Amino acid sequence: MKKRLNGLAWLLASVGFVIGLYGLYQRFTLGHRMADYGSYIPWGLWVAAYIYFIGLSAGSFLLSTLVYVARIERLEKIGKLSLFTAFACLVGALISIWLDLGHEFRVYRVVLHPNFRSMMSWMGILYSSYFLIILVELWFAMRVDLIAAGRGQGASAALARVVALGSTDTSDSAVERDRRILKVLGSIGVPLAIAFHGGVGALFGVVGARTYWHSGLTPIAFLVGALASGGALLAAIVYVWGPDRDGPAFEDMMRFLGKVVLAIVLLDLLLEVSEFFVGLYSEIPDEAIPIRAVLFGSRWYVFWVVHIFFGVLVPVWLLFRNAVLRRTGEGGRAAGAVALAGFLVAVTFMAVRLNIVIPAQINPEIAGLEYAFTGPGLKYTYLPTLGEWLVTVWVSSFSVLLFLVGYKLLPIVGRDDREVA
Amino acid sequence: MAFMDIEPQEIRRRMTEDLRRALAKPMNERHWVMVLDLAKCVGCTACTTACVAENHLPPGVVYRPVIEREIGRYPNVRKTFMPRPCMQCDNPPCVKVCPAHATWKRPDGIVEIDYDKCIGCRYCINACPYSARTFDKGFYYSDGTPYIPDYEKKPAFEYGRTWPRRNRHDSPAGNARKCTFCLHRIDKGLLPACVTTCLGDATYFGDSNDPDSLVSRLIASPRVMRLKAEFGTRPSTYYLV
Ligand code: SF4
Ligand code: SF4
Repeated sequence: MKKRLNGLAWLLASVGFVIGLYGLYQRFTLGHRMADYGSYIPWGLWVAAYIYFIGLSAGSFLLSTLVYVARIERLEKIGKLSLFTAFACLVGALISIWLDLGHEFRVYRVVLHPNFRSMMSWMGILYSSYFLIILVELWFAMRVDLIAAGRGQGASAALARVVALGSTDTSDSAVERDRRILKVLGSIGVPLAIAFHGGVGALFGVVGARTYWHSGLTPIAFLVGALASGGALLAAIVYVWGPDRDGPAFEDMMRFLGKVVLAIVLLDLLLEVSEFFVGLYSEIPDEAIPIRAVLFGSRWYVFWVVHIFFGVLVPVWLLFRNAVLRRTGEGGRAAGAVALAGFLVAVTFMAVRLNIVIPAQINPEIAGLEYAFTGPGLKYTYLPTLGEWLVTVWVSSFSVLLFLVGYKLLPIVGRDDREVA
Repeated sequence: MAFMDIEPQEIRRRMTEDLRRALAKPMNERHWVMVLDLAKCVGCTACTTACVAENHLPPGVVYRPVIEREIGRYPNVRKTFMPRPCMQCDNPPCVKVCPAHATWKRPDGIVEIDYDKCIGCRYCINACPYSARTFDKGFYYSDGTPYIPDYEKKPAFEYGRTWPRRNRHDSPAGNARKCTFCLHRIDKGLLPACVTTCLGDATYFGDSNDPDSLVSRLIASPRVMRLKAEFGTRPSTYYLV
């Protein structure tokens, strides 16, 4: 089963990668003319995909800190896996937002000439630091395994030798030192991950012109969403690629992950309900119109079917039955059910991100502006073009492939713990 | 009202004199403002067209749309017209959010963009409460036809610089663009293009730091209003309602 899922992931990601290339080709030949966003709705699918991936990354990173900082033993063996997942998602997020820029090759300006009053500049700085922390943390987490893997033969061993950067010390004191370093890095990582993902929320929250975003709850909702989607993704990944599968310890760990995800998904729902009720009650158009569009607009199914049904109700039911009610050893299906629930939450979370980005922009800031002058991009409707979807398919496939290749070549899960390899 | 004692043909001469006087001062001692008299705007959109021609604006980029609104209830209805340039806010949200320092406030009150620094993230477009910025995607009016005539590729002269449009990636394509109060004309002692073309004499321009300027008298009027003042943006564009 897991072998098949692994194969399916390879297949889908490869197909997506190839098909998506056409979107990239369009993006680089037609520029932004191929996209449907414009002047009145300046941010579209790629921005939504960016916050989606960044959320997944922050979420799984924060879970990795449970291993390296809080030392939760049950999760011990998935530390590297969650770090690497965070890395693959971060890369996807950065590519997505990079392609969204009108002048993508000037992106260095954000880091070299930052404007400290702009949340976006802070993102540039925080991402760079986060990127580095993940890389260094991963290296220390894998160091001993890399040295062991480097002793073998073949491409994987050769790569391990290169990545090990000449380190050879596997003594107990060195391992202990790795642990201490990981604890420090992980501890720096926690506020960093909170800062940058809360910061992404603030990037939207500070925009006074868009009442739908302009709420103190926005950064918090982003964080909780990150934990929900990132944790859920990790539950699905651990099931297929995790260590120690099928043992009782594995099931125990999956049920623990399931409970964590269940709690956060419900908390996220609570925040959402609160935002919507408060926004609708006062009927201030700038806020109520976007909310109405989300709930009852022409694309109501994105919220009700994709998010609420497949992203909340079904997973909550699955998690409640399998992670909360079922005891260990009562049939081996609990782990699979938790993984399926995680997968559903993680994938459908894209609907949440789209419903954050797009609806806030559909309301003319000055009534009548939509009729005042016409031209491409001067409109208040937005539907991603095929090319935009293809780019996002490519970015997602690229991240998945990055994960799969890394998983195959690097000792992200200890050799003995593997099944698929 | 007091300013009505000026003959229509006098208005432009008077504003040109105001402009020359302001230009003689150091930059930080003048503050450019625009005043739009909604009672006089006839909704002809001559200003919109003049702006497109002056700045060589491509499709999808607009600096000064005129918004039409119907007020009252049938049969007692009336139309109002409201031109909407960039407000050149004194506290501009678009400047605050720009991650690349590509946009800033000049001492004379105009919010300037350096298209060579702008990364095209469009954060400023979202942050502007007036939708005053538009995204230049690099379109031509003759897209879809076999030939793109040279006049479509004419450079823009915004902010007193030359921005050649050799291809679809050259700035200002890929950037956020907005009304500049025709800074390139002002610097030469000319009124903004929208002001000179306004048929209804509804658009005024000048230095609000000069107590004798025409605009200084206009913005002392009780009819004065600033759009979305509650945002704290302190616009340099005033409306007489
Ligand atoms: S009107 Fe908009 S673009 Fe112009 S200065 Fe104000 S915030 Fe910036
Ligand atoms: S689009 Fe350009 S001017 Fe606007 S915020 Fe981004 S970098 Fe600054």
